[in-house]
Amino acid sequence: MKVLVPVKRVIDYNVKARVKPDQSGVDLANVKMSMNPFCEIAVEEAVRLKEKGVATEVVAVSIGQAQAQETLRTALAMGADRAILVQTDQDLEPLAVAKVLKAVIGEESPNVVVMGKQAIDGNNNATGQMLAALLDWPQATFANTVELSADKAKVGREVDGGIQTIEVALPAIITADLRLNEPRYASLPNIMKAKKKPLDVKELGSLGVDVAPRLKVVKVTEPAKRSAGIKVETAADLVSNLKTAGVL
Amino acid sequence: MAVLVIADHDNASLKDNTHKTVTAALAVSGDVDVLVAGKDAKAAADAAAKIAGVRKVLLADSDALGQGLAEAVADLAVSLAGGYDAILTPATSQGKNFSPRIAAKLDVAQISEIIEVVDASTFVRPIYAGNALETVQSSDSKKVITVRPTAFKAAGEGGSASVESVGAGAGAPKTTFVDQQLVKSARPELTGAKIVVSGGRAMGSAEEFQRVIEPLADKLGAAVGASRAAVDAGYAPNDYQVGQTGKVVAPELYVAIGISGAIQHLAGMKDSKVIVAINKDGDAPIFQVADFGLVADYKAAVPELMDALTAAGK
Repeated sequence: MKVLVPVKRVIDYNVKARVKPDQSGVDLANVKMSMNPFCEIAVEEAVRLKEKGVATEVVAVSIGQAQAQETLRTALAMGADRAILVQTDQDLEPLAVAKVLKAVIGEESPNVVVMGKQAIDGNNNATGQMLAALLDWPQATFANTVELSADKAKVGREVDGGIQTIEVALPAIITADLRLNEPRYASLPNIMKAKKKPLDVKELGSLGVDVAPRLKVVKVTEPAKRSAGIKVETAADLVSNLKTAGVL
Repeated sequence: MAVLVIADHDNASLKDNTHKTVTAALAVSGDVDVLVAGKDAKAAADAAAKIAGVRKVLLADSDALGQGLAEAVADLAVSLAGGYDAILTPATSQGKNFSPRIAAKLDVAQISEIIEVVDASTFVRPIYAGNALETVQSSDSKKVITVRPTAFKAAGEGGSASVESVGAGAGAPKTTFVDQQLVKSARPELTGAKIVVSGGRAMGSAEEFQRVIEPLADKLGAAVGASRAAVDAGYAPNDYQVGQTGKVVAPELYVAIGISGAIQHLAGMKDSKVIVAINKDGDAPIFQVADFGLVADYKAAVPELMDALTAAGK
């Protein structure tokens, strides 16, 4: 069984995003970048499927600038077998990403795609569902548990207030939620080994996919800043302030 | 130009998220219909018909819709899309599941989790976990949008729309519903709660977290949250996590106890109306966003707070 894992290079989750003064976007120059946390969980899940003997090959794929090779090397160090970078300097919307992934899937024919439920930059939570729609595959989003067999996946899904369990026929798209697993840190020997694993780079243009943006970003602004309020001396002061504020 | 709102409901009753999404829809167009897709969901449809400003309610009935399966809801919505210029869905776990599927089937972008309608094709949405706000203009002929419910006021009652049955669509032939385990808790659900009490790493253990945070939450009728540090340390379950990678909450009152206020956590709660911080470190970053700060050890401060609440009739 072949597992495809799309991964995205994003601002590190511990770094605060800063809006550019000209309101054209978020300043990513000289900012620490890492693999999107939900993508890490997806890679971990795919690697565990391989370690359990359920999956035979794990292929990581990323779409982005040349630097996304570092993100793919991280996936390889975690245990993916090989990687594909679809290289472009263009910032793609989720629909375009889904179309590019569909083209890659056409070449790779995986049995299952495991990917993060959302990226922490665009916060769209859309690409996996869109990919499933374009392929006419079933989707199991926000996965909390995954049990894979030859022709189906049983997935526990995080829903508001609890867990929903569904079974999807393969091939299918599974998107990872936070509680699915705790990703491993790549060990130094594995980081060294990852350097020798195959990483194919293809130009976005070679796939012949329509990636024209549908949304125009008018501006990116900072949210209204909260100002620090007052310090109170006692719990009783606190309660009387909260009563005055009308929240008790 | 007409707009379709896909209702949030549990078949028996309609959820407030629907009313809030109708408010966003009315800012896009005066002609707002509501789709109630479920199983035996007539009661929810009747409730939707009473929302002020709703033109018509569409009721679709099947097992797959009642189970909320994404393929089924998306197929139905796509079959109805011809009559609408925009499809708005509350950004609940359910809505986030099926809405992008509708967008891709229609070959349009999804505009995710809007917090403001500027005009019929321009919307504001948070990116980078709310550290930036993006204003986007859509060039698609149809707009598929999810709406962050906490950003809109609920539409009022007083409507008298008609309820019309529509076909259920093709269902979800490749997906089988197994079961649904909902946590039975007397406490409100975290993302919809009016008050949230959250604990941090200072609690030191799961037992202490339960001993300190839960009684205070129960006294306030609040939901319980936690920082990522507390969750990572095993003091609180994962689904309590408030923050960039956890849940985003915007209650009337957010009480942070023993939470330092890492960026990751602030991203999940800084849109709360009133923030209270109790922390023994007066320099903790949480105080920079707190409306009311109490610099004290929670071990002494929380029991005092409980007493003060009792004295205040809580």
